[in-house]
This record gives sequence, structure tokens and C-alpha cells, in this order.
Amino acid sequence: MTRINRRKFLVYGSTAVGTSILLKACGGTSDTTGGTTAPAEGEATTASAGGGGDTIKVGILHSLSGTMAISETTVVDAEELAIKEINAAGGVLGKQIEIVKEDGASDWDTFAEKAEKLIDQDQVSVVFGCWTSASRKKVLPVFEAKDHMLWYPVQYEGQECSKNIFYTGAAPNQQIEPAVDWLLENKGKDFFLVGSDYVFPRTANNIIKEQLKAKGGTTVGEDYLPLGNTEVTPIITKIKAALPDGGVIFNSLNGDSNVAFFKQLKGAGMGPDKYPVMSVSIAEEEVRTIGPDFLKGHYAAWNYFQTVESPENEKWVSDFKAEYGDDRVTNDPMEAAYIMVYLWSQAVEKAGSTDIAAVREAAYGQTFDAPGGTVTMNPNHHISKIVRIGEIREDGLFDIVSATDGPVTPIPWNQFVEDTKGYACDWSDPAKGGKYKEA
Amino acid sequence: MITTKSVGKKRRRTLEAGIVIGLILFLLFIAPLLLTDFRLGLLGRFLALAIVALGVDLIWGYTGLLSLGQGIFFALGGYAFAMHLQLNLAGDGIPEFFGLYGVSELPWFWQPFYSLPVTLIAIVVLPGIVAGLLGYLVFRNRIRGVYFSILTQAMLVVFFNFFNGQQKLINGTNGLTTDTTLLFGQQVGSDRMQFVFYVATVIVLALTYGLCRWLTRGRFGRLLIAIRDDENRLRFSGYNPAMFKVLVFAVAGGIAGAAGALYTVQSSGITPQYMSVAFSIEMVIWVAVGGRATLGGAVLGALVVNWAQALLSEQFPEVWLFFQGALFLLVVTVLPKGIVGWFRDDAVRQIRDLLGIQPQLNTYPDLELDPDVKREQRELAGK
Amino acid sequence: MLDGLINGIFNGISIGAVLLIVALGLAIVFGLMGVINLAHGELMMLGAYTTYVVQNGFKSFGDGAQDFYILAALPLSFLVAALVGLALERSVIRLLYGRPLETLLATWGVSLILQQFVRSVSWAMTFGLLVVCLLLFGGRAALSKLANLGPRQKLANFVVLVLSAGIGVTLGRSLNGNDALAKPWFSARNVDVTAPSWLQDSISVTDTLSFPAARLFIIALTIICLVGTFWFLNKSAWGLRIRAVTQNRDMSACLGIPTKRVDALTFALGSGLAGIAGCAVTLLGSVGPNLGSNYIVDAFMVVVVGGVGKLVGSIVAALIIGIVSYILGSGTLVLMLPSSEAIQPLIDTATFFATTSMAKVLVFALIIAFLQVKPAGLFPQKGRSVEV
Repeated sequence: MTRINRRKFLVYGSTAVGTSILLKACGGTSDTTGGTTAPAEGEATTASAGGGGDTIKVGILHSLSGTMAISETTVVDAEELAIKEINAAGGVLGKQIEIVKEDGASDWDTFAEKAEKLIDQDQVSVVFGCWTSASRKKVLPVFEAKDHMLWYPVQYEGQECSKNIFYTGAAPNQQIEPAVDWLLENKGKDFFLVGSDYVFPRTANNIIKEQLKAKGGTTVGEDYLPLGNTEVTPIITKIKAALPDGGVIFNSLNGDSNVAFFKQLKGAGMGPDKYPVMSVSIAEEEVRTIGPDFLKGHYAAWNYFQTVESPENEKWVSDFKAEYGDDRVTNDPMEAAYIMVYLWSQAVEKAGSTDIAAVREAAYGQTFDAPGGTVTMNPNHHISKIVRIGEIREDGLFDIVSATDGPVTPIPWNQFVEDTKGYACDWSDPAKGGKYKEA
Repeated sequence: MITTKSVGKKRRRTLEAGIVIGLILFLLFIAPLLLTDFRLGLLGRFLALAIVALGVDLIWGYTGLLSLGQGIFFALGGYAFAMHLQLNLAGDGIPEFFGLYGVSELPWFWQPFYSLPVTLIAIVVLPGIVAGLLGYLVFRNRIRGVYFSILTQAMLVVFFNFFNGQQKLINGTNGLTTDTTLLFGQQVGSDRMQFVFYVATVIVLALTYGLCRWLTRGRFGRLLIAIRDDENRLRFSGYNPAMFKVLVFAVAGGIAGAAGALYTVQSSGITPQYMSVAFSIEMVIWVAVGGRATLGGAVLGALVVNWAQALLSEQFPEVWLFFQGALFLLVVTVLPKGIVGWFRDDAVRQIRDLLGIQPQLNTYPDLELDPDVKREQRELAGK
Repeated sequence: MLDGLINGIFNGISIGAVLLIVALGLAIVFGLMGVINLAHGELMMLGAYTTYVVQNGFKSFGDGAQDFYILAALPLSFLVAALVGLALERSVIRLLYGRPLETLLATWGVSLILQQFVRSVSWAMTFGLLVVCLLLFGGRAALSKLANLGPRQKLANFVVLVLSAGIGVTLGRSLNGNDALAKPWFSARNVDVTAPSWLQDSISVTDTLSFPAARLFIIALTIICLVGTFWFLNKSAWGLRIRAVTQNRDMSACLGIPTKRVDALTFALGSGLAGIAGCAVTLLGSVGPNLGSNYIVDAFMVVVVGGVGKLVGSIVAALIIGIVSYILGSGTLVLMLPSSEAIQPLIDTATFFATTSMAKVLVFALIIAFLQVKPAGLFPQKGRSVEV
């Protein structure tokens, strides 16, 4: 299509300057490159578009450098493990999966650029990637414009339901809302909200505030720390002033600032007995870098903990340690990343090709016996999974103190927020789509 | 003497114009046929960055003001355009993201951006005014050199944190996406519109090049260079350097704004990340690599560095920062004049030097050029 | 109320102390040498990683030793950062004296390399680097000793450089095949530095008044560093030389002061102080490759506000910035204002800026405004030079 436009432009432009020779010379080239199989200039691309050739190319798009590398490299490990396992078991559709890895460099623009590169240049069949909501929001238009497919493994703030993204992390009703409910029941009604200054904490806290209003709790204060900032003294003062006799702290800080926050919280003499902290971004990996000394007795809400007792989990943890070393731990985003590779491969098997639309159709209803329990892909592109609350132990792992009986159905559009109340998402029905009013 | 000089000057000018026009034609007609969609999109974005590099060259290469805050103006231009596009999409309502934060009324400063002409003017004028204002405050106090650099960096941090923290005004960290918005009834992210923006970028780049050439030639250009080389002497000669600096800083700001708008629409939106400390330093690096005080060098540097960065980070995603860091080190220590400056001044001599060929000179107009003196100097330095 | 006030002052001072210890090394390098070292933050990071290594070393001695690793880590961090600083000065900065803007760019490159270095350093890489260095310097020395190449010396050196780099990279890559050797030491993930138990808690003075031990430790450390630096610069022979070179390089050189060694020493001292700062901030925050970049801009602000070349200025500036950002960020200002209709807009404004993010915006804006009044900082260097 562009080729045509460009050629048109060329025609007008060239006649205008009277260089019809140019037109003739280039007419041939543009025709031959006009097809779909135009590999890159000078690139050593052996396999052609997605499903063709002996391998199936998949893209992995995470930050390997920059601030987010800390978290994102762990999910890359999980994705690579899953692909390795699938390849060892014979691959997908009898073909081996070939990984094309790109570095988003913790820079949201680079994410968009690399997403384009994976789709146009490498012609991958699917992209696994992103961590921060900002990077996802930045690549979303790319995937929508090119009608391609992204699988996204991290818990997020919801309020989104793209046709071109599958979300295997928790929606708010699978992490934040149950956590708030549990706190209201067991820990107290006064909440102080702390978060990093970006979209997930801000939206999450919006939801929490509405939820508390609806359920009889109070928000006594909230504050946001710029990403990477480690000076948390003012926030701690504010918490002390707002909750002189103790209360619940709901924490959605991201990795780096968490370390400072918990170290200084303990330094200020505020322990989990009076100030229990519920975190939604701290998993086993983060506990290790913060130091369990500072975190013991605090809580986190996730769908998966390394301490989940199931044969699937035992096998996964031991496989993972065998691959990456005994000192490594597994966590929720890694599990979600592992799940999504399998769900995708099952969908491809069912569809019988890597065609984007066919795989999308085939993905609905796929189930997988994940380490954290059986999960199911819903037509709203999110997965049903169990919600768990864990208390941090001395060894850095979690005691699971609460878990839902069965998988929780994901609700992407939040029902506590006025603007999205009553909306739902269903991509299996063309009439409904990403955001429709439920009857 | 004078006549030959002016004839040479004229010839050089015609040559330069010829090269520029040739390159424009190449970029408009040949490049789209040679490159895949993806690479062409990249080229378009890098050309937009080349525009901002021209601005940096104007203030740093010619006037000696090393601004580490060009990202502010770049982002302001981008935000201006993105706001207009968002309003276009929203139609009679307000952009969707406001709903998430419970804002029901459009903030006042969004109002003017309903109109396209106002937006187009604002893209250049708004960053220009902001730059002029900031520049006035700084230059009035004769703050310069490294203090100026650090101060501009501080301003960058102020703007970054402000834009990052204001979800309810401009959507904070998420920024504003443009790909799904409409302009002239066309989707901005569509291949067709992207090509239109590519063409627009090439044209704006050429115009900016012309503007910078016009500014740096003649009296005004000589004044700028005088400010760079010896500001005090200029002041003692009765000029007020502050006003010239404010003017040129504002022009560079406006250029950065235009570049930011073009870059934004070609990279699917704008986020406060455009005001990260690293990005603004990179802008300076492009100019340093290409060669400062040469306009061609600024463009070349922006293209070369970004292209290399894109390719290297594809090939070696895990270690490409090494290459980037090494490049900066190398340019500053080995090629202080940049690629263009090196070719112009030192290339022949240095290669000859490296190969150990003695320069063929019969007389030595300058003591420094005498190979014997040189060898002696080397020996002394060796001891 | 009194407790609140004391707490506020203490918190402000403790924020200031962190800023000061970070800025101290910079004040020396930037203030005395005029070198803009953007890799200062990365030198801090090296200090923090040294602390991590020392901590792990002490872990093997058992629990008792674990509590005192920080005492060994402080001098070692100083040493490591100072040595890296020295190497940096000898190899890069030396070429760029008198061109401050270029040092800015070069050190930015260095900071990128150092960041990536800690991410990907492994045994294979270390071996590769060692081989490159050995071949390069050995080859050069051998060449200059053995053969008199005359004008072709440069070409020979260039060939040696290319060859040794090639051999080193190939060796490193082939060693990468071995998993044990290729495993990164630290990787891109944050590493865990746990403060000794006696620095984790707080010290209670009264029921409502308690000071975090880590904060007290950092304040004490800052004071020690300050006193040490003051003593060194003002009382020792080398300090005298440093000051002499700062004031008039050419005259000092004429009087027989080895200016090159003075430069190297000054830079190493500044870098070493960055290492100590890095060790100190492990008590507060996380340790990762990006640790330094979070502090660098703030540190420059302290030096500029204080007045370049004056340590006193940096001290006062750090304390003021610390206290102001605490008062703004914690919302104390809002509480202090009486609630009346008349000043409601003022209260609204104060509330608007009473988040940590916005407080930072306001503090930086205030700094820029302040520099309007006193462009050369709180304590400007006096002189008759026309240069400001």
C-alpha cells in the first residue's frame, strides 16, 4: 500500500521535474519489492516471514539495559526457558522456535522502535515483551496499526483491552482489589498509599481510593516518589503524621525505591506490627535485593509465589534452578511469562499456523497447568488465575496466608471507577470488541 | 587577492547549494525505494533529530553555549503537536485519558490547540519564547560556560519532573500517543501519513539548514563566533553579547520545537522521557561526532550516531552501551573536531603521519612545521 | 511540637548530609580542577559494589564478623574508586584540561561504559581485558625498546593496538563458551547490601523522638570526611600544593610543583570520596548499575549553589537544600500555615507542591531563581579576573 503511495508520489514528483528516466529505472525495483517478503537490506535473515522456513521466529522485547533491566532480565530468562523446553519437545507445528531478542533499553521510544523492527524487519510471528505500562502504551499503537500480536506478562492497572495484546499478568481485580479486601478484613481501615510516580501506581491508587470509599475504608494520604529517587524521609514523616497510631500502608513503589523505602521504614522504627505494608510490586526477586531483614512480616499480593505447593511448581522451580543456578528464585511475572509462551504455542498448534488472526481465535479458552494452578485464557485477552496473599519470611520466600478457592475471572475495565463502570471486553464477538456496555 | 577570494567563496556557495539540493532529491526520491518501510521510518526520525542537532550546533558550535537542556524545547514542540492531535481525535469531548483521572473539564491551556494554525505556530514559537525567557534570565547574569550547562540541566530536571508528575494535566509518564489520532481525516500512524511526515521532515531540515547557514554567515555569524572565542573582548568593543545569546538560544529552541513535533508524530507519541538527562546530552554528542561549527557535521553526526546505535543495539543488544561510551570517548580525545572537521583539517596529515611519510616541504613558513623541530619536541616530550 | 521541630531539623540535616557526602568529591574535582565529572555517580556506584563484595566476604567469616563489614568496606571503597579515578585521569582527563565542556562529554562516555561494565563483567571478560592490556602495553614497551622505527612508530603502535584488541576480544569470546567463566559477577539486577544490624534500627531519645541509626552514621561519616578533607587541603604539604595549583597553575609549575602529579592526586581524592559516598548510600537505598545517575544532578546543584571552589559553600548549600526539600516534600509547610480564607490560594499552592515529585520541581526552580540573585553561588570566589 505504501509502495503504491510512494510510487504515486514519485510519479507526480518526477514528472514535475521532468525526470521520467528516474521513474523508469525505479519502476522495476519497486514492483519486485512490493510483495510481503522483503527481507531487510543487508541483514542476515535466513528464515523468511514468520511461519515459512524451518523455524518460527518469535520476538522478545524487554529492557536489557537501563533502570528496568533489573526486573525485565528475569522474565527474559523465564521466556527463554519455556522456549527451550518447547523446542526440546519438538517445537511448534514441528518447527523449532527461533528467538529474536531486542533491547528496549528502559526507554519507551526504543520499545516502539524495536517493536516495529521485530514486526517489519524480522517478520516474527509474535512478540513477548514489555514490563512497564508506559512501554506497553507506547508499543500498543504499533501492534494495533500493524495488526500484530504482543503477549504481556506483568500485573498492571487494567483500563485497557487491546485486540492485539494478550495480558497474562493480573488485572486489578486479580491482585489489587483482593489485597485491599483482605487488608480491610484483617488489618485495618486506614490506608496510606505510596507509589512511584508513573502510571501503574497512580491508576492503581485511583482504583483503591474508589474501592475504599465503597467499602468503608479511608484513604488518609498518598504520595509518589519520582522513579529512581531514594530519599523517602518526607514520605515517612507524612505517614507518621497521618497514621500516628498505626495503619495500613499500600505500596506500589517499583524496585529501586522499595529498597530505600523499607530500609528507612525500619530505621524509623515502624514495624509490620503497627504499620503492615501490602506491596504489589515486590516478589521473591525484589525481596532478595531489599534484604529479608527489612521485609519480614510485611505482605505482598500475587498470583504465584515460589512456595506454592504443587507438582507443576516443584518441577518448574527445579528446572529453572538447573538452568540458571541454585541461587535464583522464581516469581509471579516470571511465571506469567512462562505461561504465556506455552499458551501461545498451544494456540498456534490449535490454529495450525502462525497467522495472527487464527492464533488469536485459537487462544480463547486455552488452558495450561501452570506452576501456580490451572489458568484459562478468556475472550477478554486476560487469564483467569488464583489470587494469593503472602507474608514475607526470614528466608526471603513467602508464607501464603490467603488464597482464593479457584481461579478469579479477570475484569479489565474497573468497576469501581465511575468512567468504566459497567463496561466489559470480549474479542471473540466482533460486535462487542474492546469496550462495550454490559447489559 | 580579494577578488579570487570572493570568487572562491561564490564557487563554494554554489557547490554547497548543489550538494544540499542533490541530497534533498536523493532523500525524497531515491531513499524511499531503497529502504524498507521500517528503515525509512527510522531515517525519518533520525532526520528529525538532525534538525535539533542543527540548533545545538548553532548555540554550541558557533556561539559556545553548551546547553544540556535542549530536550525541554524538543518536548514542548512535541507536546504542542500531540495535544492538537489528541483534541482532533476527541472531537467534541475531551481526550480519553482524562476520564481515568476523574477530570471532566479540559484544562485551560489545552484550548488554543484546537486550531491547527495556532498549533503549527506554537510548535516553533512556544519553545522559542520559553528558551528566550530562560536564556534572558541566565545570560543577564553573565552565567556561562559550565555553569550555563549545569543550569540548563537543572531546568531540564524541573520540566521533566513537572510533566512526569501531572497526570491530570498532560497524562504524566504515559505521555500522549499520536498513532491512532487523526490529521486531515487520516490516521497519523498509517503508512501514508508517515510518508507525508517523512517528506515534511526532509523539507523542514533543508529549511533549517538554510536558516542556520544564513544566520552564521556574515556579520551576525561573526558575532556569534566572537562570543564563543572571546566574549569579554566583544563586550569591551561595545556590544551587548547577552542579547545576541538570548536571540540565538531562542532560535535554537524554536528549531528544537519543530524537530520535536516531527519526531513525535513519527515515533507514535510523546512522553516525558524526551526530557531525560541522557537524551539531551546525546544531542550534544551528535554534534561533537559530526563536527561542531560545521552545519553539515551536525546533520551527519545525528544520522551516523543514531544509525550506528540502531544497528549496534540490534546486533549486540546486551553490550551496545560499551560501543556508545567508547564512541564518545574516542571523538573527544582523538577527533576533537568531529568527522567533518577531521576530514577538512587533519585527515591527510594524520594518515601521512601514521604511515611515517614525511611531509614534502621545501621551506617552513612556521617554526612549528619544521620536521626537525617537531622531532625534537617529540623527543623532549618522550623524556 | 518541640519534638516535631527537632525531628524536622534532624531529617533536613540528614538529607543534607547525604547530598553533601555525594557532592564533596565533586566539589573538589569540579571546584578545584574545573573538571566536570559526569562519571562521579558511577564512581559512587563502584564504591557501593565494593561494599557488596566486602559484605559477601565477611559473610564467610560468620555472623559476628557480618556486623562490622562496613568498617572495612569504607576504606576499600575509597581505594577502589580512587584507583579507578586515577586511571581515568591518566588516560582521559589528562588530555582535556582547560576544556571543561569536553570533559563533560568524555566522562559521560565513561559513565556509560562503567554502567555497562558492572552489568556484564565476568571472568571471561576480565581475562580478555587483562590480555588486551598486557599485549598492548607490553607490545608498546617492547617495540620502543627493541626497534627504532622512527617516524613509523605511530603506525606500529596502531597495529599493536588493533592486534591486541583483536586477540583479547577473541579470547574473551571463546572463554564465554564456558558457562562458569561467562556468568556475570553482578549482572544487571540489583544486588543486596544489608546494613549491619546495629545500623538497621533507630535510637530512641524520648518516646516520640527517635533517630534512625543509619542516618546518624551517615551524618557522622560526612563530618569525618569533611574534617579530613579540610585538614588535608589546609594542613598537609600536598594540600598546599593542590591549592597553589588551583590558584595559579603556571606560577606553581615555575616554582617546581609537579602539577601533573597534583592533578592526578586531586582527581583520585575526589573519586575516592565518591567511593565513600557510594558505600554510605548503600545503607539507605538499593545497589544497582544506575545508583550513581540518581544522585549526579543533585550533587552538581549543591556545588553550584554553594559557589565553586569553596567547601564551606557546599556545606551550607547541602544543608539548605536538604532542609528546604524536607519541609516542602513532607507537607510541613502546609501544616505551619494558619488556615484562613485570606491565604487559601497560598495553602493550595503549598499542597500542590507537597508531594515528593513536585517538591523536587520547586526546589530546583528555587535554585534557578536563587542563581538570579547570586550567579556565583553563596560564597563566590573573589578575584579581579574579568571572568565571573
